[in-house]
Amino acid sequence: MMPPLTFDPRRSGIHSRARGNGPAADGTAAERAALEKTWHVPEGILGWFSVVDHRTIGRRYLVTALGFFLVAGILAVLMRLQLAVPDNQLIGPDRYNQIFTVHGTIMMFLFAVPVMEAMGIYLVPLMVGARNIAFPRLNTFSYFVYLFGGLMLLIVLLLNSAPDVGWFSYPPLAGPDYTPGKRADFWAQLITFTEVAALAVAVEIVATVFKMRAPGMTLDRIPLFVWAMLVTAFMIIFAMPAVVTASSFLLMDRLVGTHFYNPAEGGDALLYQHLFWFFGHPEVYIIFVPALGMVSSIVTTFTGRPIVGYTAMVLSLVATGFLGFGLWVHHMFATGLPQLGLTYFTAASMTIAIPSGIQIFCWIASIWRGTPRFTPPMLFVLGFIAIFVLGGLTGVTLASVPFNLQVHDTYYVVAHFHYVLLGGAVFPLVGGIHYWFPKITGRLMDEGLARLSFWLLFIGFNITFFPMHQLGLMGMPRRVYTYPAASGWGPLNLLSTLGAGLLAIGGLLFVWNLARSVRSGAVAGDDPWGGDTLEWGTSSPPPVYNFLHPPVVEGPNALWDRSADAPVVTGLRTDCREVLITDVVDATPNNRYEFPEPSIWPFLAAVATSAMFVGSIFTAWAVPIGIVPIAIAVTGWFWPKRKEAAA
Amino acid sequence: MGRRRALWACCAVMAAAASAASAGCAGPHHVFDPAGGPARDIAALGRLLFAVCTVIYLLVIAVLAWALVRRRTEADGSVETGRRLTRAIAAATIASTMTIVGLTAASAVTGHGLTSPMGPAAITVDVVGHQWWWDFQFRDVSPDEFVSSPNELHVPLGQPVMIKTMSRDVIHSFWVPNLHGKRDLIPGQVTNTWIQADRPGVYRGLCAEFCGHEHAKMAFEVVVETPQKFKAWIDHQRESASEPADYQERRGRDVFLGSPCATCHTIRGTTAASRVGPDLTHVGSRMTLAAGTLPNTRPHLATWLGDPQSVKPGTLMPAVPMSDADRGAVIAYLRRLQ
Amino acid sequence: MIGRRYRFILVAVVAALLGGCEREARSFKGRTSANASKEPGVSRNPYAGNAWGVGQGKRLYTLYNCVGCHANGGGGMGPALMDDRWIYGSDDASVFETIARGRPNGMPAFGSRITESQIWMLAAYVESMSGRLPMDVLPSRADHMRYSTPENSRRARPPQGAPKGADE
Repeated sequence: MMPPLTFDPRRSGIHSRARGNGPAADGTAAERAALEKTWHVPEGILGWFSVVDHRTIGRRYLVTALGFFLVAGILAVLMRLQLAVPDNQLIGPDRYNQIFTVHGTIMMFLFAVPVMEAMGIYLVPLMVGARNIAFPRLNTFSYFVYLFGGLMLLIVLLLNSAPDVGWFSYPPLAGPDYTPGKRADFWAQLITFTEVAALAVAVEIVATVFKMRAPGMTLDRIPLFVWAMLVTAFMIIFAMPAVVTASSFLLMDRLVGTHFYNPAEGGDALLYQHLFWFFGHPEVYIIFVPALGMVSSIVTTFTGRPIVGYTAMVLSLVATGFLGFGLWVHHMFATGLPQLGLTYFTAASMTIAIPSGIQIFCWIASIWRGTPRFTPPMLFVLGFIAIFVLGGLTGVTLASVPFNLQVHDTYYVVAHFHYVLLGGAVFPLVGGIHYWFPKITGRLMDEGLARLSFWLLFIGFNITFFPMHQLGLMGMPRRVYTYPAASGWGPLNLLSTLGAGLLAIGGLLFVWNLARSVRSGAVAGDDPWGGDTLEWGTSSPPPVYNFLHPPVVEGPNALWDRSADAPVVTGLRTDCREVLITDVVDATPNNRYEFPEPSIWPFLAAVATSAMFVGSIFTAWAVPIGIVPIAIAVTGWFWPKRKEAAA
Repeated sequence: MGRRRALWACCAVMAAAASAASAGCAGPHHVFDPAGGPARDIAALGRLLFAVCTVIYLLVIAVLAWALVRRRTEADGSVETGRRLTRAIAAATIASTMTIVGLTAASAVTGHGLTSPMGPAAITVDVVGHQWWWDFQFRDVSPDEFVSSPNELHVPLGQPVMIKTMSRDVIHSFWVPNLHGKRDLIPGQVTNTWIQADRPGVYRGLCAEFCGHEHAKMAFEVVVETPQKFKAWIDHQRESASEPADYQERRGRDVFLGSPCATCHTIRGTTAASRVGPDLTHVGSRMTLAAGTLPNTRPHLATWLGDPQSVKPGTLMPAVPMSDADRGAVIAYLRRLQ
Repeated sequence: MIGRRYRFILVAVVAALLGGCEREARSFKGRTSANASKEPGVSRNPYAGNAWGVGQGKRLYTLYNCVGCHANGGGGMGPALMDDRWIYGSDDASVFETIARGRPNGMPAFGSRITESQIWMLAAYVESMSGRLPMDVLPSRADHMRYSTPENSRRARPPQGAPKGADE
């Protein structure tokens, strides 16, 4: 018989503001030892491949994504060096095309989305008071699929086989006639890799947020970062299939001779654009919305007050998620679509500024009301506001069809999207990394280095990308490997390159700070910042079981609203990986569920899947042949364990 | 206090940068240097958009700065303050929404005015895009008066010109910043736009959709001239090629016709009649070579013919092996083709 | 732990990837057999392993109107090029000669009409029509109306009989 669940007000296991900032006090040593043993993270070589722990996988995602960020950053520096002066001979057109394509592809598919997923994988279970993320083995599988896809792209970059048709790879240029060889196939299959990984994580996030929240965490008490990740997960689920359709059609055209994009046989080059941008626009919100959640967390903590307008913030996130699917044609204004349709997309594209605007107003109101502390995370948030609002406003200008027709496909657009992506996503991300670094590693990052890297990043960013607005207005198109001196674009390009140098130094300083602080940063303690969400209520780094006892949540700022005698849930088994499943709306306990032990099958399934994906670039036979190892791996994965049948 | 100073310093820097950047509105092919009706309307809309957005941005930064540095009071946590903040946010949201509606309306009005020209189109030009050159074809005359003018488009001043765009290979984009926004050339479709220039001169056009290796060097010139000059030009374009005037030019024509040159190019009046590459019947009179990449002078022509890959790596034009004397003769002949 | 099947796939994939350097090379300045051949006196097609060269050959095939006599490989006035019958020899040198110097019964001489590297590109494309090149180098369907299975889906048809030698 399982021990009954109880709500025990006396045995807390997590601290709260009401109780003061002492270490977790209660819980018997035997209970802790049992949980340590049950939830252990396996070691050794085999163990490394079998881990199903969300914190480990989240850290791996983060480190891998940052590694890809550095690679793409180096490619960007190469691009800027080539464009620094007119008629430069540093890099020829073929190599340059590969460089800018891989820069964009890595940034969008291998860095931006995975890094936000990484933060979600690590933080969402902690913030909702769960012991692990839902579907832990799927989590491991998704990491290895992502890793193998990324490695494939890096390898082909070194083998002169990297895609060279732009990160969005339009046919007919990317079609079989105009890009012979396998370059565009590697791009298309990379999409499949990253899409499978992203969908897996999205499903886990939705399940975790809906069904594994701590008791008492009703919908209106969910932290804003968790809301942001939930909205992002739904966007991934609805958007990713469109891009995999687009890229699979392209692969089929190239490999087996279908005619999806061949106008002579009834296909249409614009079909690809619609399919791609139906994904492509939500993609940027997939990157951006988690950052909004991070900003909310940081602002709450460093103003010392709950966010002004919680309901408005949640509704804005949800509205952004919905509206983001109605804008895609604004990437296609120049293709000659009917005027009435274009006007609708202008209106929709401008409208989405409103929920983002509401969020900005709420944050400014929160800052106004609270007492801001200018810690490095807060600096990055302020930088985010300054940069993102400018980018959002250039986005409003781009939403207007006539003006768009002039600046589409010029450096004005390059400036715009770097402002909204670097400013709107990377700045909050870097701030968020500074903020949660103590929780992840138990140490603080160096504050002086953090401030210096902030200023270098902020100033370097603006010097690099602000001149690009002007360059676009002066007529400089995108994706050009060089330009004539007579165009007059030289001086601003040189300025932009110098700024890129500054930006690179700031980025490297940040990475150096990260690497150094892991080993020798100051010890952080459980809650160095006085945060309000549940992850600050456990040790830094958290124990393998996250929380000794799942807490009961009493308000939207879980730790701040926690009364002195707030109960926790006791009675979950400690001899197996039992987790508490709760109701979707009001998080009342529903069920107890046993989570899986570490397993090698997700890794093997990822290897089999990757082999099939890479093989299918070269021959269609890889699909029926490659299915067999996948089926074997999945069978091993789901093979029932004998002891689960026991009562 | 150091924070306050840093804050105002930041604001000052950004304002300075903004004003510095907006200063330069001149230069070739600048969006805010319109020379035609559509571009003028778009530039006006652009100025409105920039003005509104600049005001909004400065307002947001100012309020943020105030929020950061204001003196905190004990009443900040009160319910009344909460209500005031909510009302302020609501007011800001309503103001933003009305601004967005206004901008959408302005955009729709401008866009509607751009869909069709004010009067009947004087001429129609077919713009055919290739990797990596442009073919401007005048077809709305009888077939024996068909004109193909690669990489250089002449249009009459003050008259609407319909543009029909099509592509022979991949997606390109026809863009003359001084005259209008861009229009994509999509294989399998014909897309339309129009221009109407009201200032004579030569305006540069570019390809604005990534189309392969030499997307960066796929430009063209648009020459806006009086209707009389335009008629003279187009009549001249209909004529066959000039005859060679001396021995070297005759030798050049013979070399041209006997070598791979004639396999790709047309020179009307000779046996060279291929449509793979641009029509060279009047190549000597054009302003540029290689789709706006080089000025049309003897030394540049020699470079282009001798080693095309050094000018446009990846171009389909091969380096035809021939002796320097032969090449000199071909150059002399091509320069005769005015 | 990693079984034989995985190892085979791994090796095949690595081999295919490593072939990438040659397959994807874009030799804009053109290649002649002189800078491709390793054995003196034997001409090898310098684009045999180069997908870009074969793709260029495919474009030139249409641009230079080879389709006028040979259709898209099925033949018409001229013989079929996608079958296994090579009247004048199927080795690289013979195909080059056919295009450059022409042949009796109507094949014109293109040697003075197109450059040497363009002839090699066309020859490489012609060889690809019977599926004789490596699988990842073969072109796929064109952006035209469908005329046959794409080259990379055709069964390889090795030339019948001994090719005419270089001493012919």
